[in-house]
Amino acid sequence: MTPTVTPYRSGRRAGRHGFLQLLHAEWTKFRTVRGSVIGMAAAALMVVLVALLAGASSDQKGSPPVPIGPGGEPVTDSFYFLHQPLAGNGSITVSVSALRSSIPTGPADLRPGIVPWAKAGLIIKQSTRQGSPYAAIMVTSSHGVRMQDNYVNDTAGLPGPVSAASVRWLRLDRSGDAITGHASADGTHWTKVGTVHVSGLEPTAQVGLFVASPPSAEGMGTRGSVSTAVFEDLRIQGGWDGGSWAGDQMGPESPSFAGYPKNTSGSYLGSDGSFTVTGAGDIAPAVRETLPTGGTFGDLLTGTFAALIAVIVVGALSITTEYRKNLIHVTLAASPRRSRVLVAKAIVLGFVTFVAGLAGAFVAVPLGERLARANGVYIFPVASSTELRVGLGTAALLATAAILALSVGTMFRHSAGAVTTVLAATVLPYILIANPFMPASVSDWLTR
Amino acid sequence: MRTVAGPLWLLLGMIAATVALSAGATSVVTCTSAGCGGDMTKLSLIGVELGQALVAILAVLVISGEYSSGMIRTTLTAMPRRTIAFAAKAITLAGVVAAAGTLAVLGSLLAGRFILPRHGFTATRGYPALSLADGPTLRATVGSILYLTLIALLSLGIAAIVRDSATTIGVVLGLLYLLPILSQVIGNPHGQRLLQQIGPMSAGLAIQATTNLHSLPLSPWAGLGVTAGWAAAALVAGGLLLRIRDA
Repeated sequence: MTPTVTPYRSGRRAGRHGFLQLLHAEWTKFRTVRGSVIGMAAAALMVVLVALLAGASSDQKGSPPVPIGPGGEPVTDSFYFLHQPLAGNGSITVSVSALRSSIPTGPADLRPGIVPWAKAGLIIKQSTRQGSPYAAIMVTSSHGVRMQDNYVNDTAGLPGPVSAASVRWLRLDRSGDAITGHASADGTHWTKVGTVHVSGLEPTAQVGLFVASPPSAEGMGTRGSVSTAVFEDLRIQGGWDGGSWAGDQMGPESPSFAGYPKNTSGSYLGSDGSFTVTGAGDIAPAVRETLPTGGTFGDLLTGTFAALIAVIVVGALSITTEYRKNLIHVTLAASPRRSRVLVAKAIVLGFVTFVAGLAGAFVAVPLGERLARANGVYIFPVASSTELRVGLGTAALLATAAILALSVGTMFRHSAGAVTTVLAATVLPYILIANPFMPASVSDWLTR
Repeated sequence: MRTVAGPLWLLLGMIAATVALSAGATSVVTCTSAGCGGDMTKLSLIGVELGQALVAILAVLVISGEYSSGMIRTTLTAMPRRTIAFAAKAITLAGVVAAAGTLAVLGSLLAGRFILPRHGFTATRGYPALSLADGPTLRATVGSILYLTLIALLSLGIAAIVRDSATTIGVVLGLLYLLPILSQVIGNPHGQRLLQQIGPMSAGLAIQATTNLHSLPLSPWAGLGVTAGWAAAALVAGGLLLRIRDA
């Protein structure tokens, strides 16, 4: 009598058509292929390594500190200031009959140009310390009369440029911490531009004329510009001590100050209420473009590009390998519903990529940030919710790219073609916009 | 190579992609009275930045295709001297890519020649029509063809080292496209310049520059030399590994 042979049965539960089993199968396939695990680890590692490289390679040691405004944000506070102290309440009035700007076009070649946000006018400022609170009324090259305070607030006044034929009169009145700006086209009919409350303004403040001239954008960089304004009919009322006007360049060593073009400098000419003032710089929030010693979280995460390449390769391979090794027949025989197989693959791949990307980003950012700070780089502060969004977004981007590669791989069934298509589509636009003579409209379209 | 359909399509695709990107790029620039700026030869040849990706696939498939289909064993049985088999592949590939590259580069230049004058780049504004009679333009043209050939050889060498096609493509494109992007995060200007000097793409494409030569990280021919060095190193390493490893 032949012994009964019990056929081998897997200890696992029946129900092979369950989606969870399918997910488990795909996860096992992913986990046991050495290449895909290495690829994911490489992706996370690239994000971290590039952040470390960016942090360690920066060399801004000893650069002056970035001025911080009243709201705690980094600011640019560099301009030419013709000032004297005002104790208590008072007012100051002036007319501006010209505002001309020059932009360097060569090493020793300065040409008249338009700097849209060149500013000339009146300012009441806590002190000559950079980042101190202020309120100002000014004429600008292309944006009419403006009243601005504390680096971030801006109110529009009379429109139109200033010239000898269209003189602009400006007035600032201080009453406690309330500062009111008026503008006029003739010196008799005044229009109120606005009243602002500058909190923390001490009884004695520095008040006077200022000229600022922001750097003009040139492709990917900026160039310092210089502007000159003609002030007339300067009149003051209130607690002035009768001293003389002092001319100072504010923030000459500030990292956000591009400096004066060659052979120019800040200066003033005149007396008795008529002054010609030349200045450069800007009074505004500091941004990445004007702060060479600055860095952002995005800069630290440039390694995402490298990680993209790794996850695209893994994503495409996860399906094309099955085609090449004919494993796809086994997979589809085991689970005949093909779309479910693809969905399971996408879920496993997307999840693993997301986790790897998240780990990479959350390790990379604090490390890179610490290294960069140690090297004197100013990292723009962001809310922790933004930090979280950047990390999650990076991970989601990587996961999406991996799934895109998986889909293209399924369409092409050919790993090299799939990888190249997805890579070229993802990375090439960045190479192209880095090209200096791409017009802005095309660059914008490509990055959208 | 002649009998497989893929390479022919890839070559045609490479020519089409190169010319299309060049024509696209030249048709969006405008020359206004405020200034034109830029190097028109380099702009006309920008398609090479895309075409090289297709050249890389072609080169990778020449060798990885044989590994994945097991054909490599047949090849090596027929030609047991592996180095010679590899060299033959390299020479055939170089010849084919050079021929197709010539068509692609000349096509791009021709597109630039026809399109640019319509966008204000006329001789009266100091932009004569692109012509091979012009020394720097000729150098850029010949150099771009050589560059594409070198990229093919570099990819072939890496393919022989890595063997898997997708991974090879990842490595090659990473090497080409990633270094210029990474060089932008390097805060130190010297480090940035160094990375641009050693990157096979940023160095090699210096050959396309015809204006502002002194601002380049390194001179045009030296740049192409760097790319050639990369290609030679990859080929030697690939050839050696092919010899000592089991197929």
